[in-house]
Amino acid sequence: MKRLTISPPLAAVLLAIVLFLLSGFLPNGFGGNLDVATAQAVNIVRLSVFLGIIAAGQTLVIISGGEGIDLSTGAVVTLTAILTYTIVNGRNEQVLPALLAVLAVGGLIGLVNGAGIAFLAISPLVMTLGMAGVVSGLILVITQGNVSGAVAPIMTQLIARPVLLGIPGAILIWAVFAAFMWLLLERTAFGKNLFAIGANRTAARLSGVNVTGMVIGTYMLSGMLAGLGGFLVVGNTGVVHIRIGDPFLFPSIAAVAVGGTLLTGGKGSYFGTMAGALVLTLVTSLLTTMQMQESVRRMVLGATLLAMIAIYGRQRGFRQ
Amino acid sequence: MKQSRWQQATYRHPYLFALLLLVAAFIANALLQPNLLEPTTLNRNMRVFLPLILVAVGQAIVMIGGGIDISVGSIVSVVNAILATQIGLSGDLSTAGVMMGVALLVGMGAGALNGLFIAYLRLQPIITTFATSFIYAGLALFILPNPGGGAPSRLTAFYRETIILWLPLAFYVIALILLIWAVVRRTRYGRYLYAVGGKADAAYETGVPVRAVQFSTYVISGLMAALGGIAMTLLTGSGNAQVGDPLTLSSITAAVIGGTPLSGGAGGVAGPIMGAIILGLIRNIISFANVATWWQTFVNAAIIVLALAMPGIINLVRRRTR
Repeated sequence: MKRLTISPPLAAVLLAIVLFLLSGFLPNGFGGNLDVATAQAVNIVRLSVFLGIIAAGQTLVIISGGEGIDLSTGAVVTLTAILTYTIVNGRNEQVLPALLAVLAVGGLIGLVNGAGIAFLAISPLVMTLGMAGVVSGLILVITQGNVSGAVAPIMTQLIARPVLLGIPGAILIWAVFAAFMWLLLERTAFGKNLFAIGANRTAARLSGVNVTGMVIGTYMLSGMLAGLGGFLVVGNTGVVHIRIGDPFLFPSIAAVAVGGTLLTGGKGSYFGTMAGALVLTLVTSLLTTMQMQESVRRMVLGATLLAMIAIYGRQRGFRQ
Repeated sequence: MKQSRWQQATYRHPYLFALLLLVAAFIANALLQPNLLEPTTLNRNMRVFLPLILVAVGQAIVMIGGGIDISVGSIVSVVNAILATQIGLSGDLSTAGVMMGVALLVGMGAGALNGLFIAYLRLQPIITTFATSFIYAGLALFILPNPGGGAPSRLTAFYRETIILWLPLAFYVIALILLIWAVVRRTRYGRYLYAVGGKADAAYETGVPVRAVQFSTYVISGLMAALGGIAMTLLTGSGNAQVGDPLTLSSITAAVIGGTPLSGGAGGVAGPIMGAIILGLIRNIISFANVATWWQTFVNAAIIVLALAMPGIINLVRRRTR
């Protein structure tokens, strides 16, 4: 008998749509008003962009297997958001240098992670956890508790405001970004090798994949993408504080898991992560709209997450 | 593949490196703080380290069984919230006793919920305990929305000031844990635990009740987190629904420094205890060494990363020199 199966990304998107439609019935929901509904939907997608892009790096390291995970993501987002803020300091011409700088800094942190994992055989969770501490320390050293700067008008314009046909720039950036991620994963040697080392490191090495190089490259890329995330986050909020990246850390892992990427590696897609980011952002903002207490909100979020991973995050049994 | 002598030694004695590190940290600390060995100073340090020691032991047992528990910090917070609100600053000892019993049950219940989802519903440990950590953190905040409440001074004094035969209370707690562990690891359960963490498939084939063992590790971890929460409440004498947050990641670090690999099937309980003490001593050293305030987090984290990287560096150097 063939069971009806829905791919996790599709299931997550369907769940998001159903939840969104149901949210219309809330006391302060959109009701029957189509314009308000569209505006709300666009806003939710816009808010998902930041988690979605930060979770992209997480997707790569998780697919790479070997218990791959990047716990330094949150700290890197904070550091790069602060760097963007100080380097740009309100000037449009500084935006590009700032972007390059945060990519370099994120890449460097990822390089150290990758080197520790590949050469010193430190487990990824521990290495990136330690690195998160170092980066958080670095943030305190650099800022000494206060950050001065500003985002440039052009950043706000491109990221937070509607750019084309009423669609916010962030969403357009995400669409282009997603196309690149798809190309990277499905149409390049890097992508093929990434799935190969995720499925079986030994087999990949024996068939000529440079596993060490791949691992280091993947963590570097994860750092750079977190850097890009930090840049976009601060462009959206316009202000920065020294914990700005923390709320993205575990949700970035959750988005990957909800999107059907195996936490053991070797299988997954960026579309899944996008859908995961969408669902998580939607649930979070719904709980905020419903004006629940912080405590109840956390419990509901935890229970929802548990329910979502229980649907298709199950590992195979011993008898199968 | 031939292993180096160092690798063999660290495999046979997973806590060997932790022991060396502990001695080094202790000497460095004693140089900066000459009265470190005086009973009162020792007690002042150990009572601060004890909550993390308890939580790290639970974390290590989950890790030996091949899992990980991200919810321990939130369980500590729940227990702290329960005790601080239900006992209160003027509470009597019998209420305190009952509430501590309730706290232990709550911890085990929280662990059982983790275990149910991970062992029986086969969800991935890291993401499951992350989700439940939200539930428990929310619960703690629900019970105690604003910091407040507390424990009667008679109880906190017992925790803070008890010194028997020059040794602080924490030493007896540690001795008790080591004793229980020495017995448990020789039982059938102890062997099952390592088998499950080492190779769950093989363990299942040979008739080990894999699911039940996995389940039990989370219950133990919940229990240890609850004990950590009790210690934390008696240490601070106050309630704060976020008090446990930093313990989650520290407990993993302590367990790893103590020679418990995340891949499971190896390690022990002595290592994580040393790991937790090492983390505390490093913090001490930094504050006594007059490191500028803004640099402290960085220096602390850098030393920890170095400590985590050291076994790998040693292996790398030894491989190069042969």
